[in-house]
Parts: sequence; C-alpha cells; structure tokens
Amino acid sequence: MGIDYSLLFPEFLAAGLGFAVLVLALLLPAEARRGLNSVTAIGLLIVLGGTAATWGHQGTLYGGLYIVDNYATLFKVIFLTAAFLVVLGNFRYVDEMGYHTEYYTLLCFATLGMMVLASAGDFITFYLGLELMTISFIVLVALRKFENRSVEAGIKYVLLAGMSSAVLLYGLSLVYAVTGTVDILEVARTVAAGDLTPALILGLVLLLAGLGFKISAVPFHMWAPDIYEGAPTPITAYLAAGSKAASFAVMARVLLAGLPGLWEHWTMLVAILAAITIVVGNLVAIPQTNIKRMLAYSSIAQAGYILVGLVTVTEAGVKAVMFYALLYVFATVGAFTVVSYFSTFTGSDEIRDMAGLSQRAPLLAAVMVALMLSMAGIPPLAGFVGKLYLFMTVVEDYLWLVFIGLIMSMVSVYYYLRVTLVMYRDEPVDPTPIPVSNPVAITLIVCLAATLLIGIYPGPVSEVTNVAARTFFWPW
Amino acid sequence: MHFPVLTTILLAPIVGSLILVFVPRDDHRTIKCVAAAATGTSLLLSLYVYFSYNTAVAGVQFVERVPWIRDLGVTWYLGVDGLSLPMLLLVNLLGFAAVFSSWNVSERPKEFFILFQILVTGVMGTFVAQDLFIFLLFYELVVIPIYILIVVWGSTKRVTKEYAGMKLTIYLLVGSAFLLVAVIAVFVKSVSITGVPDFSYEGLARVAFPEDFQRFMFALMLFGFGSLISMWPFHSWSPDGYAGAPTAVSMIHAGVLKKIGGYGLIRIAIYILPAGAKFWAPVMAVLGTVGVVYAAFAALAQKDLKYIIGYSSVSHMGYTVLGIAALNVVSLNGAIAYMFAHGIMAALFFSTVGFIYEKTHTRWIPDLGGIAHQVPKIGTAFMLAGLASLGLPGLIAFIPEFTIFLGAYKVFGGLVVLGIACVIITALYVLRAAANTLFGPRRSEYDYLVDIKGPELVPLAVLGTVLVVGGILPFLLFDVITSGVETLMAGIEHVVQVGRAY
Repeated sequence: MGIDYSLLFPEFLAAGLGFAVLVLALLLPAEARRGLNSVTAIGLLIVLGGTAATWGHQGTLYGGLYIVDNYATLFKVIFLTAAFLVVLGNFRYVDEMGYHTEYYTLLCFATLGMMVLASAGDFITFYLGLELMTISFIVLVALRKFENRSVEAGIKYVLLAGMSSAVLLYGLSLVYAVTGTVDILEVARTVAAGDLTPALILGLVLLLAGLGFKISAVPFHMWAPDIYEGAPTPITAYLAAGSKAASFAVMARVLLAGLPGLWEHWTMLVAILAAITIVVGNLVAIPQTNIKRMLAYSSIAQAGYILVGLVTVTEAGVKAVMFYALLYVFATVGAFTVVSYFSTFTGSDEIRDMAGLSQRAPLLAAVMVALMLSMAGIPPLAGFVGKLYLFMTVVEDYLWLVFIGLIMSMVSVYYYLRVTLVMYRDEPVDPTPIPVSNPVAITLIVCLAATLLIGIYPGPVSEVTNVAARTFFWPW
Repeated sequence: MHFPVLTTILLAPIVGSLILVFVPRDDHRTIKCVAAAATGTSLLLSLYVYFSYNTAVAGVQFVERVPWIRDLGVTWYLGVDGLSLPMLLLVNLLGFAAVFSSWNVSERPKEFFILFQILVTGVMGTFVAQDLFIFLLFYELVVIPIYILIVVWGSTKRVTKEYAGMKLTIYLLVGSAFLLVAVIAVFVKSVSITGVPDFSYEGLARVAFPEDFQRFMFALMLFGFGSLISMWPFHSWSPDGYAGAPTAVSMIHAGVLKKIGGYGLIRIAIYILPAGAKFWAPVMAVLGTVGVVYAAFAALAQKDLKYIIGYSSVSHMGYTVLGIAALNVVSLNGAIAYMFAHGIMAALFFSTVGFIYEKTHTRWIPDLGGIAHQVPKIGTAFMLAGLASLGLPGLIAFIPEFTIFLGAYKVFGGLVVLGIACVIITALYVLRAAANTLFGPRRSEYDYLVDIKGPELVPLAVLGTVLVVGGILPFLLFDVITSGVETLMAGIEHVVQVGRAY
C-alpha cells in the first residue's frame, strides 16, 4: 500500500510556514522585521484553513506510526487557532520585545510539534512531537534574555522538562519491555491479551507522571506558576493553551486507545489527580496578587477539569475533553492577551494596577470578566456547557468528583470576582484611556464571541466534537 | 407559528442594554428613558400574556420550541403556565418600577442600567423556561450583575458592601453548585432509564426515578433552591445582602429573585421528584416554620429599616416554604400567590426605604421620626407596604396568607398554629417601625425634605395599585394560579399524599 502523503498536508503547511518565516527573517533587514507580524498571522490563518479543510480525510501512515483521524484534525485546528490568536493579539508586545525571527519561527515549530503529538500512533512519534514542542518552548520562554525572570524561567523549564521527559521515557520503555512493541494500538492488543505485570503498572504510573507534568496536574505543577510568570506573556498564553491541549490530545490517545485494558488501574488514579488538581489550583489562586500567577493557578485548575473527561473510558468523555479544550483555548488566549496588552502599556502584571480598567479600556475589562467567568463555568458562557459535558460523564460512578468540581468552580468565582472588583469598582490611579489597536480588538472580540456563542448555542461545536470522538474509538 | 411574544419580552431589556452601549455616558436622562422604555415594553407584553392566558385550557401556553442542543435533548422551550405567569408579571412590574426608584442614580448610570437590565432578563428567563438547561442558563446569569451592582452602587452601613455582595454571591453560587450536581445526576439517570436525552420539565417528569435516588436528589435541590428562597438556616445572606444593595437590586432581589427558589422547588423539584418531595416535606415544614419564627423575632430586634425588611422577607418566605411543604392544591395556591404578593409589597417597601435613605442619608430608626409631616407620599407608600406585609385584609397579602394556613393546617396542624401566631409579631415590628419612622412630633431637622414627585411616584402608583387591586379582586390572581397548580398536582397527586404528621 502506498503512502498517502496528502494526509500530511497540514504538517507540510506548518513546517513550510516555519521555514518560510525563518528564511524571510534572515533576508529582511532588522528594521523591517516587524513585517513578520502580519506575515506569520496570515500564514497561520492559511494553515488553519488548510487543516480544517482536511476534515474527514482520514488514514494511517508508515504502518501506524502516524494516525490522521478526525480526532487529530480537530486538535490541530485547536492548536492552530490558539497560535493564530496568540500571534494576532500580540503584535505590539513582540515589537517591544524584539527577536521577531526567533519568536515566530519557534512558534511555528512548537505548533508543528503539537500537531505531530495529536497524530502520534506510536511511542517514538509521540516522543518526537513532544520534544519538538518542548525544546521550542524552552527557547521561547527564555526569549527576553536580558531579563532575569525570563532567563530563570527558561532554566527552570529546561531542568524540569528534562526530568519529566526522563520519567516519561522510563515509563514508555517499561511498557515496551512488557509488550514488545511501541505501536499504541499494538500495545492495546497485547495488554488486553496478556497478564498484568508490576512492570507494566509501574510504566503506566510513570507515564501518567510524565504527562501530568506537561498538563501541570497537581502534584507535578510546581513549575507552572514560576514559568508562566517569567515567560513573555504571549508565550505564557501559548504554553497554557496550546501545549496543554496537545498534551491532553496525546494523553487521551495513550491512555484510552493504548491502555484501555488497564483502565481499572488508572481511572481511579486519574480521578484523584483531577480532584486534587482542581482543589489545589483553585485554592492557591485565591491569594495571588500577580495576574499572570493567578491565571497560572487557574489554568492548573482548568487542567484538572479536563482530566475529568479522561476518567471514564467513553466516547462522551473524549468528546467532553475536546469540547473543553476548544473553549479553554479561547478563554486562556483572550485573557492573556488582555494581560499582555495591559502590561505593554503600564509595564505591570499586578492585579491592583488594573484598578479602574473598565474606565480606561472598557473592551479589555469586559472581555477579561467574561472570559474569566467562562473559566469559572458561569452560564451563558462556554465554560458552563463544557463543564456540564465533562461532569455528565462521571456523575454515575464518581459523584464525589462532581461535588468537588462544581463547588470548587464556585470558589474560583471568588478570585475572578476580585479582579472584576478591582477593574470595575476602583477608581484608576492614572485615568488616561488605553487605546486598543485593531488586531488586539479583533482577537478579543473573536475570543468573546466564540465564548458566548459556544455557551448559548453549543449545538454545532458539540456535533463536530461528537464526530471526532466517534472516529477516535471506531476508526473509519 | 405565532408571534414569539415570550422571546420578545426577554429580549426587550437586552435590546435596551445594547442601545445604552451607544448612548453617551453623561446623558443621564436618555439613559433612564431607554431603560424605562425597555422594561415598559416587557411589562406591557407580559400584561397582554397574563390576560390572554386561557385558564380553561390551562397547561403551558405561548409555547416556543426550537431544538437547541441535540445530543443533550435541549430545546429552546419557552412557555408560561399558571405557576410561571404570575412570576413573569411580577418581574416586569418590579423591573419597571425599579427603574423609576433608581431615577436619581447619578454615578455611572449607564453601566448601572445595562447591568440592571441583564439582571431583569435573567430573572424573567428562569420563569418562562420550560427546559431545565435553559432555566440554568438564565439562573446563573443573574448572579454576576447583582454582585457588581452591589459592590459598585451599594451602601456600606453595618457591613461593608463588599462583604454583603460577596456573602450573597457565595451563598447563591454554592447553592447553585448543589443544584447543578442534582440536575446533572437527574439528567444522566433519565438518559440511562429512557435512553432518550430530554431536558424539558415534562420529559424529566415522565421518567420513573427510583425512590432512593429521588430522595437524595431532592435533598440537593432543596439545598440549592432553599438557599435561594432564604429558607432557614440558609438565610443569612439575605438581610446583609439587601442592606448592602442599591434600591433597585433590593427590589428585584427580594421581590422576584428569591421567588426563583420557591418556583423552582415547585416547578422543578416537586414536579420531577415527587417521591423525594414527599420524603422531605416534613423537614421543609419544620425549617419553614422555624424561619418564620426566628426571622420575625430577629426583625423585632433591628433598628435599621433595611434589616427589618430583610428579616421580614425571610420570615415571609418561611410561610411560602410551609405552604410548599404541605403539598396540596390549596397550600400550593397560597404559596404561589403569596410569593406574588410578597414580591409587590417587599419591592414597594425597599423602594420607599430607598427614597428615605436617599433623602435623609439614614435608615437608622432612632434617627428618624415624624417624617410623614414633611413627606406624606413616602409615608403613604410605607404604610401601604407595611399594612400589606402584616396581612391586612383588603390588601394583596391577606388572602394568600390565609390560603396557606388553610392548606397547611390540614397537614401539619400544630406547626401551622405556631406560624399563625407569628403574624402578631409581624404586626408588632412593622407597626413599630412605621410609628417610629413616620409618626410622632414633627422634627424640624427634616424640614428640608422634598417629597417624591414626578418619576419617583411611579413605583408607588404601579405597585400600590397592584396591592389594592390584588386585595379586592383576588380572583385575577387565583384563577391563573389554580389552573397551574391543578395541572401540576394532577400529575403527581398519587405520589405525594402527605399524611398528617404533626
């Protein structure tokens, strides 16, 4: 059987864009490099369109190394949406920071890594995608190389990412040692047929730990707040939205498709991980005074919510994960765009400096409130429907998890409202209005509109995720 | 398909808000007129719906159904029946009146009225939704605007407005978290029993849930709706919240938002989980009665006018809970009519106190006195609300109160006697507050007061009229309610026969 290269169309596009940006940047004189802003944005939009157009075009490549199904395509659309919005909303930030070449090239390659992750049908592909993404992010995190916090964050990320990769690899090698294969579907068959050995269970636990690091699940979350705070804000947004979604994509693939035979051993584990992640993320977010740190903890809590969808090995669970990942991207990227735009104007990430933002920039304040409330799950915003889908999958077997999840999401309203309070009630210290540039306004309005639309009329998105979830379990 | 009148009623305030976005922030008069026009449109349309509802046919009318989320079986299903119709009318009466009670808001009125209209829409939506999912969409829509309205435009007296706002929000959200758990569990269970997802009230009510499951789920809903209706012991947000809130929010909150709790208990919890309701009815009755007694005595001890009304509304909602707990046609009739009546009188009360506070800058009774000399119209409104609140025959609250007692006495006997006895306490604190605020010798330091006039008179005119008309022509209210309650009970009567327990 020949190899159908047309399945790789999205990856070719993304890689092509990455190289094109790199070459273009080297050709351009330094002062003309701001042109890369719109070039990359338009390029990503084209890749996004091209990827979306391959919806329904499914198959496997290289004997199962690479799986292209609707599930993978949907996740690729999610990453590219995140990348596009991050780029579009941060022209000004990047102009101020400089390093256009590195920033845009590596952003494209990180995206490519994510796309590979979503399609990984094999542990080797999985690891390859993961490292492509992680190494790009390491450089991106440390991009402000003359700022201590950014460099510190970069070094932390190198060390911790390296360690988590080691743990993950050890887990993968144990699974390989027991099953004798690295193909995920092959592993599934072997595990289902064979006996459970302690080595396999150990491999599973290590695998969970390694992936737990990537999605910043408690207790593997320690790196997230420091790195989110220190990294350039657009990178924080992309790290929180894209990298996390990609890790979930592969996590579902490995756990649900690869190790379903072991589910009674890991579902309880994942349920407990989800619960403590939700609780710790939300509680520690309360005392934060820096908006980036607060959003970091809240994104830890969000990861806990998405984990809930993996607890039951069902189509509904996978659907809920995708649905939530999609709306989470809009909420996270939108919120961080507000933060980064605000900080380019005021140089501050402190919550108290956002006083009176509703008078200085009504759009920024309104979008921020709406997106935070969506994360808290307040209807009629998207987060509410997302949480409904997630918790519906576990309500029969894990009622306690539903209680914890919903009560903690009400707790999260507390710290989101504190920010709201500062922005709406307090009088600004410096009342000069903050003019919102067009690309930022478009980004914010897209995020807001998507959040509202998915919340009020979730039908279409729900249909699409249903289709994708179906192909995940019953490939074409 | 007929003209979607309910959607129009819902959208009118939203359209008003959208228009306000484009009105310059300094043009206070236009802002208020837009708000009045939007809420007025809703009011007129809901009056039309109320009086053209066919009580002989009963059931859900003015139906609008559009499939919404297919895989969850959610439909955009709006409609009104005998239970929701009075509530819909109530929201719009109060929404319209509250705009005029806030006529003097001069600090950032644009944002104020935008949020206020979103709030009104949210409350209306919960009453016209016939689908549990749509109900939830609207239900939590109200929480955030209320919070912002309180912390920005509220007042700090005994407790800070931040404390009041946050307390109220946390109570409502935690209550709603429990409610949400119950809704998710009930829905998933219904799918696993019938195999067909259906989020509509009727669809869920048709499912035969196991009895143990019903008991557990009803308990969760009772907690959720109970904290919303300020059922003792989940009431403590209510007096603080009202004290901190600006007038319009107190009016809407005490007037209708609380009633979502009572309405939800009847229309959702009892309707879908009748066996659970039967199990918990005695507990509800006891909690209701304790609420009546406790809050009446607490009101007796207050010196701040808003706290008196706050506690009195907790006490009055106790009667409603008692009426709901008795689970028969008469008592439920009374409970719903009483919610309507209480909404009108509480709103008039808060409106009046709002004017007094605005003009004198105090709500502290010992500082007031004899102001009826200077402001007779405020005095009239105060007395009207007060007399209705203590259940004077001829005003709107008397007959509903009497009906509750009649229906509940058959079931709970002794407990109800305790409740009835508290009417005396109510009379005591209401009359004492009126006497010390309005009457007594003329005090010259209040000679500067100007009586309410012009737009400020609208709340008195609208709400006062309803108070009197509802008292003299109670059938206007009861015909509609009875048609709704009888339909509801017809479906669940075989399950909920509550024996004489006390």
